[in-house]
Amino acid sequence: MHFAAPLPLKSGAVLPAFDLVYETYGTLNAARSNAVLVCHALNASHHVAGIHADAPKSVGWWDNMVGPGKPLDTNRFFVIGVNNPGSCFGSTGPKSINPATGKPWGADFPVVTVEDWVEAQARLADVLGIETFAAVMGGSLGGMQAMQWSLSYPQRIRHALVIASTPKLSAQNIAFNDVARQAIITDPDFHGGHYYEHGVVPRRGLRVARMIGHITYLSDDDMAEKFGRALRGGNYGFDFEVDFEIESYLRYQGDKFSDYFDANTYLRITKALDYFDPAAAFGGDLTQALASTQADFLVVSFTTDWRFSPVRSHEIVRALLNNKRAVTYAEINAPHGHDAFLLDDARYHALVRTYFERIAQEVGV
Amino acid sequence: MSALRFDLQQIADWIPPGAHVLDLGCGDGSLLAYVRQHKQCSGYGVEIDDANVLTCVRNGVDVIQQNLDAGLALFADQSFDVVVLSQTLQAMHNTETVLREIARVGRQGIVSFPNFGYWRHVVSIIRGSMPVSRQIPYQWYDTPNIHLCTLKDFEKLTGKIGLKILARAAYDDGEEISVLPNLRSTLALYRFSVA
Repeated sequence: MHFAAPLPLKSGAVLPAFDLVYETYGTLNAARSNAVLVCHALNASHHVAGIHADAPKSVGWWDNMVGPGKPLDTNRFFVIGVNNPGSCFGSTGPKSINPATGKPWGADFPVVTVEDWVEAQARLADVLGIETFAAVMGGSLGGMQAMQWSLSYPQRIRHALVIASTPKLSAQNIAFNDVARQAIITDPDFHGGHYYEHGVVPRRGLRVARMIGHITYLSDDDMAEKFGRALRGGNYGFDFEVDFEIESYLRYQGDKFSDYFDANTYLRITKALDYFDPAAAFGGDLTQALASTQADFLVVSFTTDWRFSPVRSHEIVRALLNNKRAVTYAEINAPHGHDAFLLDDARYHALVRTYFERIAQEVGV
Repeated sequence: MSALRFDLQQIADWIPPGAHVLDLGCGDGSLLAYVRQHKQCSGYGVEIDDANVLTCVRNGVDVIQQNLDAGLALFADQSFDVVVLSQTLQAMHNTETVLREIARVGRQGIVSFPNFGYWRHVVSIIRGSMPVSRQIPYQWYDTPNIHLCTLKDFEKLTGKIGLKILARAAYDDGEEISVLPNLRSTLALYRFSVA
């Protein structure tokens, strides 16, 4: 969908016009009360669920959660997945043509924030005729968008589902992000972000960035269980090729990622993560920051998530409790670290399913 | 909605209309659902068990999944009108801390627990065995109840902490006991405030 009106960004820059690609699942009811927005995290897209007829292998990134009969049941809810501006799956981003130059934006594409994404998503909701979302839902960076919706448009969202998220990144989180960015920026193929013109991709940097990111998504126990110290070839090679299975796995993940993900997008999305901090405008007081929210919240964390640990969710919950907001908090005992929010876990899915049944009752579907 | 268990009914009767309530170890959330519907109360339950958390969500009760022994750090000072701890005190590791936390977070507390001083329990011990009864239906080696007490014991602790008992109700099998409750009741309920 094309949006001709300029989008002013938090940085002060303005996106002159932009496209958003989105997918919908299920049917918007006559009362327009059953719409649910699903927000993606770092490397995902608008393709939330199901498969495309022309790409049967490309299953949506949250297909275990969203679909007919799934926890977020598309037989009852009208679900929207949208690719955020600055990303690289079809919405306007660094790979898109800059109308001012006729060339790809590249390094000139502005740094976008969670607040900016919510603005763009709100414009899509306007066009789709959705005044109020039954829920806005997301994990990790997606959870930040759900939180931001409750702040930017308190009256347009009945429920916020904030999963494996945080009210702000810690110094350690930012540190990991910056190592990833440095890997990309210092790749000789980066060309200051204008690598498209050179016909190259900073693949090595992107690969390392993904490897670092991936380590933070898994728990120590999970890695030990999956890989331990297992050797690829049975013996040490006494060189710097792959010895351990974990090396092989991370390199594979890095390679795969560098095939489809855009380095400029990676830089921008990690910055959006770093900059998210709704309490900052209130002297760091999250309780005050969330005072304007009206939504009911479901906050979920996973015990072995050390990227955004349960303690980070506690901060959100505490601020909501202080404001006497309706909030349910679940701490899921799961071994898979941050990645757990994407995985099929019976307790987690039963919880989300039951919560959506409650929403369904409320909005009459 | 089905009728509340008699002890929860007594607790509900003690909760003033419109109160902001924190129910620690809220189980399936039936007390909160009841006071919300019948007394226009608001509030939250705290529960550790996954199945109970799910039932709370199903019952429309806002629940926070937390281990009570880890404290009530999520809750601000004096942020609730009433804090309830129903038949859970005896299973807490840090009994005194939990009571102090209740007094910190709530203007009033309501606590219930099985009375270990019940005469049949005493008889059982005289006969040489730890009591197993309907109120404490566990063998000594597999019981979650690690801090059993009598009415008197509890009152001593509240005195030490500086809590003021506002009301007491003691029951045996749903029947209120006013004469010799320390011996004759199986369940005790207390309502208190910070003295």
